[in-house]
Amino acid sequence: MSAPSAQSRAGSGPNQTLLAVLMLAPAVVFIVALVGVPFGLAVYYSVHDVTTGGTTPRWVGLGNFADLLSDRTFLTALRNTVLFTFSTLVVVLILSTIQAELLMRNFRGKWLVRFLLLLPWTAPAALGLIGWLWMLDSVFSPIDWVLRQVGLLGRPGAALGALPNLYWLGDRTLAIVSVILVNVWRLLPLATVIVLAGLNSIPRDVVEQSRIDRAGYMRRLFDITLPMLSPILLVAILFTFVFTFGDMINIFILTRGGPANSTQVLPSLAFFTGILGGNLGKGAAIAMFLFPVLAGISALLLRLIRRSEVTI
Amino acid sequence: MATLKVENVHTHFGGVRAVDGVDLNVKDGEFLVLLGASGSGKTTLMRTIAGLEKLTSGNVLIGGEVVNHLPPNSRNIAMVFQSYALYPHKSVFRNISFPLEAVRTERAAIKEKVEWAAGLFGIGHLLARKPRALSGGERQRVALARALVREPNLFLLDEPLSNLDAKLRHSARHELKKLHQRIGITTIYVTHDQVEAMGLGERVAVMNHGKIEQIGAPSDIYRSPANTFVARFMGSPAMNLLETGSETIGFHPENFLPSSHFEASTGAQHFEFHVSGVEDLGSDLLLYGSVPSAKPVTEEGVNESGAVIAKIPARLAGTIEAGQQHDFFIQPAFINRFDRATGQRLSAGPA
Repeated sequence: MSAPSAQSRAGSGPNQTLLAVLMLAPAVVFIVALVGVPFGLAVYYSVHDVTTGGTTPRWVGLGNFADLLSDRTFLTALRNTVLFTFSTLVVVLILSTIQAELLMRNFRGKWLVRFLLLLPWTAPAALGLIGWLWMLDSVFSPIDWVLRQVGLLGRPGAALGALPNLYWLGDRTLAIVSVILVNVWRLLPLATVIVLAGLNSIPRDVVEQSRIDRAGYMRRLFDITLPMLSPILLVAILFTFVFTFGDMINIFILTRGGPANSTQVLPSLAFFTGILGGNLGKGAAIAMFLFPVLAGISALLLRLIRRSEVTI
Repeated sequence: MATLKVENVHTHFGGVRAVDGVDLNVKDGEFLVLLGASGSGKTTLMRTIAGLEKLTSGNVLIGGEVVNHLPPNSRNIAMVFQSYALYPHKSVFRNISFPLEAVRTERAAIKEKVEWAAGLFGIGHLLARKPRALSGGERQRVALARALVREPNLFLLDEPLSNLDAKLRHSARHELKKLHQRIGITTIYVTHDQVEAMGLGERVAVMNHGKIEQIGAPSDIYRSPANTFVARFMGSPAMNLLETGSETIGFHPENFLPSSHFEASTGAQHFEFHVSGVEDLGSDLLLYGSVPSAKPVTEEGVNESGAVIAKIPARLAGTIEAGQQHDFFIQPAFINRFDRATGQRLSAGPA
């Protein structure tokens, strides 16, 4: 670019426009290449019969979608996606509010607690999940070891059964519980930070005023803190929802969808079907089920946030 | 309603002595103003009384009962913050009813009391609104109504007028005083504005560095400040302080008058006054200048220009202009004498 001319210093002219275009270009190129193109491709694949080996896509209209609706694995995955997302959401919301509320107080070693709470978020997801894989291992699980030591497991008449292990990822119900547990572990730090920011944004005067007005802890929490926190809680909900709903790394590392496809979710099923199974058309169709839900819920939440904005 | 007693209270934050040994005795129904610059500890003292800050040592007694260890919600006090601290998500009605709900009042009684409090402040027509739809003056009234809706023992006001514009502040001050006369609740009022303090307080406590420098009736503090700090704080413009020999003398600008308007000249102290500037305020003229016979007391941040100021009624000013030199006099009764080294008052009145 040339040196700033008198024209550009005045705040208008072709140089300014060029600069604006150049500044915007990376973001636009990035979004088009990494979001737009794959999305267009996915829409294209979902209405065609395409395989990784095939050369000529064949138009099938909504055939791929129709097939899915009678596919039991798909229906399980659909149910799991909803179940995992909402369970994670509820647990994360409750725990993050409690954690943030505790972190607002002054106590010794607060920085250490904050650091430890944030750790799961800063650690790479794959690394953390491999750690959990060991925690939930069918033979060496430290959780099982603790349960055995306290006598809840591994001897005749024990509360959790006589077998030496619980087989966390080998049992349908426990596998579902495990996946939700690990989801919560991963998303809790972010939600806590968001809620903490929200708590900090409530004017101190207002909280003190409610104490002067003779409100006890519970009344302050439900009548003052939570209503004033609601816009930021919706942000936490939005993030947790989007991260859980579209996430497959958890399933991929922990259960690979097993046992017997009982923990399959839409993103993982799409990956296994489309990429590993080679049926690109069907995989794309599975993934397309995520889109309207994600788009709809995101739009709804953004509207709610705008409406409930609490300002004075 | 109750008395308030503060006994040798210290509130320290780490090494900072925000309140540094304060004693106060407030009578039942009294209106006491805590006056001081920012950082003088006046707000911390009030927050300590409210229980929002933990005191380091000493005692706070409300109605004769030590409340040191009671949380704010158990002290039955009401407070109006400088920001008004209205609950932004609640309607005006629910803002005012909140203190009643917190003590589980019957619904019918709540409605009656809220309407009474709203009527007291003329905000009955605003009950359905949210705080963000109110003007500054209306918000202030809501905050006051909320504070008064349950009869508190003690009414604490933290600069409640400072967010209002000048005109509104004037009428709000008047109303506040009338209100206190009507309901008679023991009131502590924090301000940095000495005009507010003079106008509102039955007694004024001037604070500096966490201590009370002087406490008394506003007119006493105005006429006979206990030391040069208080002297500098009272009056607008502040008291003139001049170094003469071993003493510092202080006099208010309105008592520094030209000879032509001076009635009883017996014993009046004479000063030659070199006028360097004139400010016409409409009702009064402010004359800035210097007195060759004495050096003004200057201090960083206070009277740095070292000007001596005279305030004379505009209709009596005559033809005084900048650059002129005039004979000015002060009645002996209006001269305050302070020790030059300590700044403390030397005598109750001049000899």
